[in-house]
Amino acid sequence: MRKLRFHPCGNFKETYEEELAIFETDFGRLWMLIGIVLLFGVIPFVSSPYILYVLNIIGIYSIAAVGLNILTGYTGQISLGHGAFFGVGAYTAAILASKAHSPFLLSLLAAGVMTAAVGFIFGLPSSRLKHLYLLIATLAGQFIMEYVFVNWESMTGGAEGIVVMGASLFGLDLGNDRTFYFVIFAFLVLMIWIAVNLKRTRYGRAFIAIRDNDRAAEGMGIPIFRYKLLSFAISSFYAGLAGALFAYFTMSITPEPFNLWLSIEFIAMIIIGGLGSIPGSIFGTAFIVILNELLSHVTEYLMNVGASEGMAITIAPLREFVFGLAIVLFIIYEPKGIAEVWRVVRSSFRLWPFSY
Amino acid sequence: MKAFRGEPSIFASAQPEDRRAELEVKNLTLKFGGITALSKIDLSVHTGELVAIIGPNGAGKTSLLNCITGYYKPQEGQIFFNGENITRLRTHHLTKLGIGRTYQNIELFPGMTVLSNMLLARHVHCHYNAGRASLFLKSVRKEEVRHRKVLEELIDFLEMQSIRKKLVGSLPYGMRKRVELGRALSLEPKLLILDEPFAGMTLEEKEDMVRFLTELNEAWNQTTILVEHDMSVVMSISKRVIVLDFGVKIAEGPPEFVQKHPQVIKAYLGDTATID
Repeated sequence: MRKLRFHPCGNFKETYEEELAIFETDFGRLWMLIGIVLLFGVIPFVSSPYILYVLNIIGIYSIAAVGLNILTGYTGQISLGHGAFFGVGAYTAAILASKAHSPFLLSLLAAGVMTAAVGFIFGLPSSRLKHLYLLIATLAGQFIMEYVFVNWESMTGGAEGIVVMGASLFGLDLGNDRTFYFVIFAFLVLMIWIAVNLKRTRYGRAFIAIRDNDRAAEGMGIPIFRYKLLSFAISSFYAGLAGALFAYFTMSITPEPFNLWLSIEFIAMIIIGGLGSIPGSIFGTAFIVILNELLSHVTEYLMNVGASEGMAITIAPLREFVFGLAIVLFIIYEPKGIAEVWRVVRSSFRLWPFSY
Repeated sequence: MKAFRGEPSIFASAQPEDRRAELEVKNLTLKFGGITALSKIDLSVHTGELVAIIGPNGAGKTSLLNCITGYYKPQEGQIFFNGENITRLRTHHLTKLGIGRTYQNIELFPGMTVLSNMLLARHVHCHYNAGRASLFLKSVRKEEVRHRKVLEELIDFLEMQSIRKKLVGSLPYGMRKRVELGRALSLEPKLLILDEPFAGMTLEEKEDMVRFLTELNEAWNQTTILVEHDMSVVMSISKRVIVLDFGVKIAEGPPEFVQKHPQVIKAYLGDTATID
């Protein structure tokens, strides 16, 4: 057996393969193993139903956030349409499940592919548009999709939405939160692994090159437009998959959740978590979801205590206010997001008791 | 000439056909609105040559390079590379055909390490697809390792061992120029185009760069087009010099010939005839 390595001190690498590894040391691998054991072996069995529900939401949104980070964090293309893409995934899965009774995995995959196609189409303006202008173009995509959700009644059921039968996988009923927890987090782990792999191959390098300097990227033989579209498609696939999981999880979908607010929340997740960082997407998602839950508890509590009408109206926008404040504070004090805080904390543990 | 600093396999094992670079520019005219940046330029570069293009500021040297590498589309004229008409092709396609270049104002990716900058340039030589990449299959891993080996040989060749893991943004200017040469070489170009590789360098850095370029050209038969202002360098290493002035080719020939050419002297130093 090879010697285990626990300290990132010095460079003991002997082959180029070792440099391609995801984790620098066996310490990192050990932590990942502990994390996976906790994730699948402990957490679902000790959590209360409410905590489990919140975790499931975090897991679902994390998949979409990782996808959006590939598009925005790595490729540098901003999308305000991810809320709608998430919805496209949810509707595709719901329609397939309710009308065609398609199996769970197949509708997940179909939802991903369908959303990738939609994302591809709404990525087309990126051949000409950059930055703010692209943002507005994707915003148009958001509104078009919202309109479709509400008005294509024969398919989407309009404002009433669709009821989705509980999922089942290999004869197992995935109807309750605990069993579905395993499905969500298995997919999350898989999708993170794929994102990491893409990042360390020519695709990740090309995406980053397009973000940093598209002129030079073209000089390196990267067909920029094709790669931007690829990035849109991959990112939308993630969003669609997450949306499909969401549809099976909530069991009934209406057009309301997939509005602009959700798109903004996705952007907030990756900004707060850290642009261009895969763990950051998950930290950001956890932060936003937990903040949302806390704030809704707080407003509810205050409204009951305050009792008077006037008070309730004053408190109602509290959620939006704190939400906006959190984004602003993060941009000012930690523009690299929670991922950077995490890195600093980790390295200070590693270096203790010395300062560097 | 013998190779002194290692034998990078991309050069050493290349077949003559892989190194073939015949560039032919015919009657090229480029206009920006009312300004004629290049007018009726004819030139050719053959395999194994080191050709310098010189001229005063604003003569159209960089515009010419931008036409050859696909950034600008000329209004008239054609460009042929190895017999293929490349006038209308996009830059990334030209890179694939084997035209690699460096830029006047270094266009590296400052947030990446030297190694990842060079790995990026291996893009056209990566053959795996997105599906295999997303699962990081064994074949992908093998290919990545192969590219890393190629790069390590180039790093040895360009004497950059100590900076391979450094961020490009933290390197001094002269070193960045060298990294940019390394990145252009990672493309395995048949035709290497260098836009002012000596600008802003100290004497030692210039000497190093001259060593690299001469060895590339003489030991490895690297076809090179060099745009440069430093006359002592141009006159000592190039086989043939092309002089542009106000978008017109005014002279072409060996360095000694160009140096004495009256129109070249006039372009650089002005005309004394009117004063006398």
